[in-house]
Amino acid sequence: MPLSDLASFQVQRLQVLDQDGKLDQSLEPDLTRAQKLALYRAMLLAREGDQKAIKLQRQGRIGTFGPSTGQEAASTAPAFAMTERDWFVGAFRELGGWLARGMPLENFLWFHNGWEEGSVFPSLGRTLPVNIIVGSQTLHAVGLAYAMKLRGEQDSAVVAFFGDGATSQGDFHEALNFASVWQAPVVFICQNNQWAISLPVGKQTHSRTLAQKAIAYDMPGIQVDGNDALAMFRATQEALARAKAGGGPTLIEAVTYRLMMHTTSDDPTKYRTEAEVQEWWQRDPLKRFRLYLGAQGLLDEAGHAALEAEVKAEVEAAVARFEARRDFKPDAPFDHVFGTPHPELEGQRKTFLRELAQAGGPEARHG
Amino acid sequence: MAKLNMVQAINLALHQEMERDGTVVVLGEDVGLDEGVFRVTAGLLTRFGEARVIDTPLAEAAIVGTSIGMALGGLRPVAEMQFDGFSYLSIPQLEGHASRLRARSQGQRTVPMVLRFPYGGGVRALEHHSEAREVLYAHVPGLKVVIPSGPRNARALLVSAIRDPDPVVFMEPKALYRAFKEEVPEQAEALPLGQAQVVKEGRDLTLVTWGAMLHRSLQAAEEVDRRRGTRTEVVDLLSLAPLDGETVVNSVSRTGRAVVVQESPQSYGPAAEIIARLNDRALDRLEAPVARVSGFDVVTPYFGREKAYIPDAARVARALEHTLDYR
Ligand SMILES: Cc1ncc(C[n+]2csc(CCOP(=O)(O)OP(=O)(O)O)c2C)c(N)n1
Ligand SMILES: [Mg+2]
Repeated sequence: MPLSDLASFQVQRLQVLDQDGKLDQSLEPDLTRAQKLALYRAMLLAREGDQKAIKLQRQGRIGTFGPSTGQEAASTAPAFAMTERDWFVGAFRELGGWLARGMPLENFLWFHNGWEEGSVFPSLGRTLPVNIIVGSQTLHAVGLAYAMKLRGEQDSAVVAFFGDGATSQGDFHEALNFASVWQAPVVFICQNNQWAISLPVGKQTHSRTLAQKAIAYDMPGIQVDGNDALAMFRATQEALARAKAGGGPTLIEAVTYRLMMHTTSDDPTKYRTEAEVQEWWQRDPLKRFRLYLGAQGLLDEAGHAALEAEVKAEVEAAVARFEARRDFKPDAPFDHVFGTPHPELEGQRKTFLRELAQAGGPEARHG
Repeated sequence: MAKLNMVQAINLALHQEMERDGTVVVLGEDVGLDEGVFRVTAGLLTRFGEARVIDTPLAEAAIVGTSIGMALGGLRPVAEMQFDGFSYLSIPQLEGHASRLRARSQGQRTVPMVLRFPYGGGVRALEHHSEAREVLYAHVPGLKVVIPSGPRNARALLVSAIRDPDPVVFMEPKALYRAFKEEVPEQAEALPLGQAQVVKEGRDLTLVTWGAMLHRSLQAAEEVDRRRGTRTEVVDLLSLAPLDGETVVNSVSRTGRAVVVQESPQSYGPAAEIIARLNDRALDRLEAPVARVSGFDVVTPYFGREKAYIPDAARVARALEHTLDYR
């Protein structure tokens, strides 16, 4: 008997703005002028904040962090497609998304200066803190989505971010499988920035695309130009709408590039060429969106200069607030082990505080 | 002899063991082209090639699971976890298989692999990069756990770990990676696993510790001895499992007093086990309760607070004085 075809699949790629800012009008998402400007401003804030943070790290004013320059569109545009009712589940390279979700820049700096307090901000809402264990958050996202479904919150879905490296973890595959079996309202956004520290995506996986990993779980998977804010907005909006309508999960592969080092402790010249980096600077998500805004008559040279000055001042003000804060309670870790105090742990707290006093107080002991 | 720091000394052991034994392979995240995030695997890819120095995809459980298979298949894998906090992802494979295959096969099969990773705090790193959780491994029957305290013993212990027929978890105190250099002989030397060393002799008190805590403990012991004219004996455990109870018990039987210093959280930590052994085997020789200086039972604080939370020489010195004063 001849073999019969059971199924065949295709993988599609979405781009709305090409790298020169040329628009495919048929795909342009429905955004107001104010929204477009706000999206650009948010990406610019992420860029300026990121570059400032690199300087602060070099000056020893904060610790190690993973820069996101070049990846602003991939997390900021999805945040614009989300509502406050949606959950934002990030990894560690989503500065633009976090700022757009209301995290003040100074929080990012506190966090990266070794203070847990950085993860607390007024508009925390449905935004989870930094998740460093690669891939693990994808499962949390599926659980959250299940909870939204069970609670009947039809206006809520979950957006989970992770890198190309994360797609090698069992957690990622387990998350896709559970999400698919449960038809959970979750959108998986893989920031394929081509590298996982020194490992290029071609050695991370033998698959030609990361989007195709959705096929095994029978969920929609799409490759999107991750440096195209309009495409990222559109793809996330569609996936969220489908999820909320009961259509289940989606995998979005956002093709982007890590223009900086993996973290400030990393030396990328050991494993990649400057020519490759320069090529990707040509596809800078900010440059492209700015050309688009210019062509739409929304932002001219003077307007851009004013915006840049405003954003830089905002960054400086955040740095000032970052440096002004001194009220880090030495024994705070004891406050957050359990929700209910226990006499043994309180005893340890007393020992800790006594030892600290003998060492000359918190200032003497903070490192 | 060359003066090497701990990174260079571990690197020397890897080079020499790979040279000596063609079945030794190194695998992990960024261990090849990038030479490891701490450069511990420097030069290995160039010297031994991609088949024996493997940049794996990003999956800790898979690195350890495939290492087990390699070991069963006649290789001697030396797998790296990039940081302590990510080594936990390998626990299902370590606890479920690496530690048990010998027993499961009634001695027919063994898993001669090494799992090495940087451990402990003190380098101002992000969450999960500063963990001291040696008991998670030391508690598992069938796993050996080794923690060196300097370049020379790191090299000699790693050589033994690679040659050992059983799985060894080799935890490298990252605060010591570049802290100091030591003469390390070119000629390969091996130190037995499961044996502690008396690194400072004394008669008034026994201080037991390991890893990065050794150096601040020695500093405290010397300071207290100078001030009081006492002589503190210092034992460097080197192996947490199997634990060399005999060296500790013999020492405390002579001194009658003991302090144990650990970086890890207090409850169920290695100090508790050491104190239990003393209780079993030296109780009648004790002249004071055995004290422990440890971390606290809190989630490892981020680096803003780590200096305050990791035991330092002053804390150790106070515990020594307190124990010496006990009548
Ligand atoms: C489970 C785990 N293993 C190792 C690491 C160390 N590490 C941090 S980021 C990273 C690479 C991640 O690559 P990718 O998922 O592509 O994200 P990117 O860093 O490129 O944003 C590694 C190996 C980690 N944080 N978590
Ligand atoms: Mg990546």
